[in-house]
Amino acid sequence: MPAVTLLVFREVLEAALIISIICAATRGVPGRAGRVLGGIGLGVAGALVVALGADFIANLASGAGQDIFNAAVLLLAVLMIGWHVIWMSSHGRELAQHMTSVGSAVKQGSSSLNLLLTVVALAVLREGSEVVLFLFGMSASGISAAEMAGGIALGISGGAALGFALYLGLLRIPISHFFTVTNIMLVLLAAGLASTAAGYLVQSDLLPAMGSQIWDTSRLLSDDSALGKTLGVLIGYKSAPAGIQIAFYLTTLALLTAGMRWQQRRVLRPSRSSSVPGETMPRPQH
Amino acid sequence: MRVSSLVAATIAATFVHAAIAADMPEFSLVIKNHVYQPSELKIPAGTKVKLHITNEDATAEEFESTDFNRESVVLPNRSIVVFIGPLRAGTYGFFGDFHRDTAQGRLIVE
Repeated sequence: MPAVTLLVFREVLEAALIISIICAATRGVPGRAGRVLGGIGLGVAGALVVALGADFIANLASGAGQDIFNAAVLLLAVLMIGWHVIWMSSHGRELAQHMTSVGSAVKQGSSSLNLLLTVVALAVLREGSEVVLFLFGMSASGISAAEMAGGIALGISGGAALGFALYLGLLRIPISHFFTVTNIMLVLLAAGLASTAAGYLVQSDLLPAMGSQIWDTSRLLSDDSALGKTLGVLIGYKSAPAGIQIAFYLTTLALLTAGMRWQQRRVLRPSRSSSVPGETMPRPQH
Repeated sequence: MRVSSLVAATIAATFVHAAIAADMPEFSLVIKNHVYQPSELKIPAGTKVKLHITNEDATAEEFESTDFNRESVVLPNRSIVVFIGPLRAGTYGFFGDFHRDTAQGRLIVE
């Protein structure tokens, strides 16, 4: 059981941290819980399909299929997060002011929120497909059903508990800064996912490494430790990144920051007259 | 006479160098009974190498190293290719994420 618990925990932790950031970023959106749960359900179903089709995927692109698939899933998530943060950069303030009411901003942004919830599904799919392959093997090796179920339950609850702790911590951020913080977290998450995607493409020699170990801090903080893994999701920490991974990270940061600035300027200019700041706005509620 | 032999040697050296550059060093690992064979693999420093990993078990394994930053699932009775490096000299650990208690190996880069 320890082996099952530990592997399930490690995989669930990564997905749970991503989900908790997204839950925080979609705070105050009506019907969010249903959509997050739907995203998780879709992700689990997707994980089963990917695990069953793993042989087919692996054989694509003359053996590079697995790496291309992983990179594609990650880059799709980056694209969706990017779209959302750029949209949020102009509507975050409205969202914060209308926390309790269904503002027009939320309606306008529901497509953007759906994108973000697809990220939940992608995160679960990616980590989940590995869990499924592992559990297939475990069941073949004659582990009892009770042991297996116990290990899965422990692993999931451990990972989910840490994700929930992060979520509760984020909720303590004052509402005036709340969406600024969640937006920054989403940008860092996206940058980290992009650099992980680059890693997959380097591993199958589809991208040049541009220096395979720019630095090596694995002795200080291993990617495999709980803290290393957590920072890996939150800020994209990698103990021994390739040059191209750093390039992907910085490019994502630069593109999203530029996109947010551009969107802010584009939206603020025409709407300055329409949204009168003196009007009685509902005060943010905590 | 001496000049021509020097030219011949230079041409030969160029060809040998080109051959080395074109043929990336290749290495193999086999996973059997959830153990890597060999468990210690020596590769040259500062060179990108092509590593073939074959899983002879009936269950999937994930070849993984946090030291040199690689992870790839190897399905039962299948082979994968992972490109590694160029790495600095040193000893790097790798493992099988699905059977960590037994599937442990070391990559010795020199």
